[in-house]
Amino acid sequence: METLNFEYEAKGPLTRRAHVGVVGSGDLEVLIEPADKPIAQVRVRTSVNGYAQVWKAVLDRFFSHFEHAARVEINDFGATPGMVALRLEQAGELVKP
Amino acid sequence: MSTSELSKRGRTWFDALADGAQRIETGLASVLVADATLADERVRLLAIVPDLHNRFPRARHGEVGLDEAWALAYHVREAIAADRSGVQRPLIAIVDVNSQAYGRIEALLGIFLSLAAAADAYATARMSGHPVVALVVGKAISGGFLAHGEQAHRLLALDAPGVMVHAMPKESAARVTRRSVEELDALGKTIIPMAYDIRQYARLGLLHELITGIDADAPSAPQITRVKERVAAAIADIRVDPGDLTSRLNNPEAKVHRAASIEVRRRLAEQWNA
Amino acid sequence: MTPTEHCTDPTAAERRDRFLSRRSVIEMRARERAQALLDPGSFRELLGPFDRLESPWLPLQGIVPESDDGVVIARGELAGKPAVIMAIEGAFQGGSMGEVSASKIAAALRLARGDWESGKAILPVLLLETGGVRLQEANLGEAVVAEIHAEIIALRRHVPVIGVIHGMVGCFGGMSIAAGLCSYLVVLPQARLGLNGPEVIEQEAGIDELDASDRRLIWSLMGGEQRYETGFADALIEDDAEQLRQAIRDLAARGLPARHRSEAVDDYQRRLAKIDPTRPLDGPALRRLWPQGDRQ
Repeated sequence: METLNFEYEAKGPLTRRAHVGVVGSGDLEVLIEPADKPIAQVRVRTSVNGYAQVWKAVLDRFFSHFEHAARVEINDFGATPGMVALRLEQAGELVKP
Repeated sequence: MSTSELSKRGRTWFDALADGAQRIETGLASVLVADATLADERVRLLAIVPDLHNRFPRARHGEVGLDEAWALAYHVREAIAADRSGVQRPLIAIVDVNSQAYGRIEALLGIFLSLAAAADAYATARMSGHPVVALVVGKAISGGFLAHGEQAHRLLALDAPGVMVHAMPKESAARVTRRSVEELDALGKTIIPMAYDIRQYARLGLLHELITGIDADAPSAPQITRVKERVAAAIADIRVDPGDLTSRLNNPEAKVHRAASIEVRRRLAEQWNA
Repeated sequence: MTPTEHCTDPTAAERRDRFLSRRSVIEMRARERAQALLDPGSFRELLGPFDRLESPWLPLQGIVPESDDGVVIARGELAGKPAVIMAIEGAFQGGSMGEVSASKIAAALRLARGDWESGKAILPVLLLETGGVRLQEANLGEAVVAEIHAEIIALRRHVPVIGVIHGMVGCFGGMSIAAGLCSYLVVLPQARLGLNGPEVIEQEAGIDELDASDRRLIWSLMGGEQRYETGFADALIEDDAEQLRQAIRDLAARGLPARHRSEAVDDYQRRLAKIDPTRPLDGPALRRLWPQGDRQ
């Protein structure tokens, strides 16, 4: 298991929280909730080691349009980058003001 | 498995505690039941032992099979019915079970329900005022232990080689998790719930007592007396404060190694009516 | 039967509409199943993902935990009456019972009993999608599964405890004992219910005893239909959320059984006495020997 941490700038607060997904084979769960600090903090725990760069790419892309101060937690069990992006989008939709 | 590898501990300790009391006819060589005297009161002893002539081939080596589990249920319920308007006699489950029986016919005939019936009977006895004590003298594995022992008020175990509680026999667990037996042993040193060692098990706070200084295979007379005395003490302790299975959370070991169990209960209670 | 645009047979049209509006329980996640069973708007999850009660043991072994440890506890109403759904998520670690996941169920059962003891009714429903005890938490999983057994036995003095086995994981191990303790069991044909998983039987007893890849054989021994037809389950339904809701309601309406299956010692000893293990016995043969409805 590998734990990766990322931070992104935030422009505004969140009022809602959301949870999507399941930690099943090829899948992941994403939790997004409002944060105290004016940044977005992401913690990724993944069953597949050595893909920090891929995670960064996917997260960079998501956070380029998600600009809220949030605590984001990802528990991943070998999802593809596409699946990760999908789950992030789903969660993002649910917390949209 | 050769005859010499079959465990005799169940029978050894049944006989030791029975101390000459007559066995009750169970119709099964694998199920031993007797009403014995312990600390001046009548107690019912129950044990499952190997039976090489068991009519179910997969239940010949001390496993809890179909017949065994229903028989346990029968003899426990018989004691409950008999004692309904009198003194609820203590029930002592002497535990040395290899696991449950693994076979096609067992699957077909619903061994899951037979084990449920045994667990049900013991739990019903416990809730009906019978002190129920499990004395682990050998293996207490998986479904066998869930059926015969785990519903007791108090779990006692001998601190001796070969005494172990676990969710799956070691060799099977090694195969299923694709690790070696040595790797499993190493894991057990740091992940306490995975350990096969009874002393590690004791750290989880599940045991009422770990009885030391006993030769589990060939106990001396003083050792037998000592075990009887510890069982009697457990019975007395139950009568003061029976509790239930969650009483196993009220001890220092549980607070450390079962903190999550305690936390779940606390927080669920907080949220239940929120 | 092919549905057509100009279907004049009302029965066929009804069948088609029912088929199209079916919601598969198997394809849902545990949380969705709990939501589907409870009346709209009444679902309230307890100890959900944001409470972050995870397994303390999995990360130590390099295994990614799930925020709810694979069990959803939800209160709400089922057809207007208070209910608590305890749904196991089979996609996470095979629905295995660890310290936290099993404790959530045991604690919910205990709290439901507390309600009954103080005069409040609540219907307990268990969605059993589990391989049994989580090996990575072995002795704790086992110990808390024993607590689940104790709680079912105590709670079912007040109210029927209803178990549901839908598949595709099925219900195995120590939790199959829990299924055996339930007041009523609802099964789907896709379900399997057995103490030992087919792979474990094959591993322990050899491929001649059981070939775990022989799906037809497996379902003929322990599949939902087989278990229903031999009296181990009380309702056999199709994979549809509305049918499941209805089945649960119908069973709850029966009230407590006169005697629970796990109490019917004389009945089962009598049945077993008639079995000769030296003679071949298969699923169909057992259906003739122990027909559904032949309960005493």
